Amino acid sequence: MSVNYGSKRIVVGAHYGLRDWLAQRVTAAIMALFTLLLLAQVLLTKGDIGYDKWAGIFSSQWMKAITFTVILSLAYHAWVGMRDIWMDYVQPVGMRLVLQIFTLVWLIACMGWAIQVLWRL
Amino acid sequence: MTEIAKKRPIFRNINALKDLPTYRLPAAGWVSILHRVSGAVMFLLLPLIIWLFDVSVSSEISFSRFSSVFQIGVGFIPAWFVKLVVLGLIWSYLHHLCAGVRHLYMDTHHAVDKTFGHQSAVVTLVLSLGLTVILGAKLFGLY
Repeated sequence: MSVNYGSKRIVVGAHYGLRDWLAQRVTAAIMALFTLLLLAQVLLTKGDIGYDKWAGIFSSQWMKAITFTVILSLAYHAWVGMRDIWMDYVQPVGMRLVLQIFTLVWLIACMGWAIQVLWRL
Repeated sequence: MTEIAKKRPIFRNINALKDLPTYRLPAAGWVSILHRVSGAVMFLLLPLIIWLFDVSVSSEISFSRFSSVFQIGVGFIPAWFVKLVVLGLIWSYLHHLCAGVRHLYMDTHHAVDKTFGHQSAVVTLVLSLGLTVILGAKLFGLY
């Protein structure tokens, strides 16, 4: 095996193989199931959907817990995907690092906002 | 070597400007690159998605603001442009979902042949574009 520690440590790239590959698929499945769940609730609502009915969907504690999980799943999923894109198309290490940091900051900020909106309900 | 064999183009590196316009992708190739594109689009428009979620669920007043965004627009942005961007998001979501389900199916089935790869790719493209048209027509108030 090639040396990957000390001064020879590779600071960019995935190298986490299976874990992220699996995580991306598991989070994808969670989000797909959430889509079905939300769609079912919207379609089963009788009459026009106004504010009360729409906000009502997200106001129950179990739906909040599930939506919270989906927000975290989305962030992890998007992180793996965006990192794949940067690794494939951006070769300079410095620029790749900057873009990866941007991706993390962007996702964490968005996650915080989404959770704030959810828990205000 | 025959004359025909000599004329075959050699692609050592794909040049974005010279080669991509003439590069013929199979259906599965389109699904693959559009999977990336749609994912990147949703990543970049995440703040818009969360903002729409925010105004739609926060209060009665914000909900009316949510509705007005699609009827009279927001700030200097006209409603048609908002709808166009949201249509782009709808397509991105549908394509990403369909291509993702295809991906998961292929991951769990060891024997995937060429025919299935092609057919499922075509189904993915047709399904996501078809649903986008149906939902887009609703978004633009055609029915």
